[in-house]
Amino acid sequence: MSATRTADDVHGDIHRDVHGDIHGDVHVDAVELDPELVGAGGADADHDVAQYAQWLGDDALVLAQRLGAWISRAPELEEDIALGNIALDLVGQARSLLHHAGTADGRSEDDLAYFRDETEFRSSWLVEQPNGDFAATIARQLVASTYMHELYARLQHASEPTLAAIAAKAVLEVAYHRDHAVQWTLRLGDGTDESRRRMVAGLDAVWPYVDELFADTPLIDRLGDRAVRPSTLREPVLAALRDVLRQAGLAEPDLPPAPCGGRAGRHSEYLGYILAEMQVLARQHPGASW
Amino acid sequence: MVTSIDGEVARAWQAAAAVVDPEVPVLTIEDLGVLRSVTVTGDTARAAITPTYSGCPAVDAIRCDVADALRGAGYRDVSVDVVLAPAWSTDWMTDAGKHKLRAYGIAPPSGRAAHSGPVPIALSVRCPRCGSLSTREIAHFGSTSCKALYECSACLEPFDYFKVH
Repeated sequence: MSATRTADDVHGDIHRDVHGDIHGDVHVDAVELDPELVGAGGADADHDVAQYAQWLGDDALVLAQRLGAWISRAPELEEDIALGNIALDLVGQARSLLHHAGTADGRSEDDLAYFRDETEFRSSWLVEQPNGDFAATIARQLVASTYMHELYARLQHASEPTLAAIAAKAVLEVAYHRDHAVQWTLRLGDGTDESRRRMVAGLDAVWPYVDELFADTPLIDRLGDRAVRPSTLREPVLAALRDVLRQAGLAEPDLPPAPCGGRAGRHSEYLGYILAEMQVLARQHPGASW
Repeated sequence: MVTSIDGEVARAWQAAAAVVDPEVPVLTIEDLGVLRSVTVTGDTARAAITPTYSGCPAVDAIRCDVADALRGAGYRDVSVDVVLAPAWSTDWMTDAGKHKLRAYGIAPPSGRAAHSGPVPIALSVRCPRCGSLSTREIAHFGSTSCKALYECSACLEPFDYFKVH
């Protein structure tokens, strides 16, 4: 005999499917707390979905690591907390995405985060770019959050249920990240001569890496409606960015795209240093939990 | 004594529902809309919860606490699922929960979450201490992911706002 009670029964005005059968079971053990096994149980990713989930998961993870470096370094306490909160959201998104990727071949999210080398990462060059000054970080955040917001807004309607569920969660969070970046872009771009100079320099530094975000690959052809085709994001993302730049009194940088290869595992010199710092503890103490 | 199925699952639900949020301990996970379902089969109880934010560090603690609560209610085999879809929203917070938040000194979410597109106006947030609507946002991101930091222009106190999401 079995019976189920759902939040719908309790709060009758909410009519949603709460059975969540795509997200299988997670056993909780008092000693060993596995991470949330989103997508476990009958919802394993195939190889192509796993590759795509790594694109997005690695973007979120590397950007989170970059932003975390601001903690205790931001120009004001509230910004320490804001950038830390944004990094935390991104780590959560990365965990869900990398967990899903790992279901394809039995690797855990920690295996993927800590025990892959540089050439196995699939992040874009944009998120690897140095923090620079605060304006440079905001410029990178403006581009990254605008791209992620458009991406997740579409991915939540993808036919791959786990990717869609992760995206539906992430899009709400990324909307806040974008709002934060937009407000700072307006303030810096339309602020003092110095803040404007720095914002222009920050945008110039990241603009060559925007193009990579919109590059299609054979993987995307194979995925079809299970993923979002990057090239379809180009116009809406650039239009949204131009709108913010116009309001901030800033010109769109006129710079050619840099030759990037992040989705194929070819990275700038920066990624190795990021991974060294992120992975050193896990690699020195394999199997440790904290 | 024979317990009906409905009575049995209601008992398990109540045990799980009483678990409190470790970061906002006046709120139960039922108040928050984090508890999604409870299933009972014999002496097996299985609950489903949903994270408020992807990176919310309270989720692991809540999973542990729900499992403990179900074991404490006498179920031998206990599991807790984490589900993402549909995504949690502050619209699921109960009125009782909002009242408790205000009494605790945290302004509850005002209005309803926007399900399509941005809402271009800023609704006033009422100060949980003096009730004034003359407040301003100091920081978009507060002490946890789910809160923003505000200041009241009437009583001059800073306060947390549980932001609409």
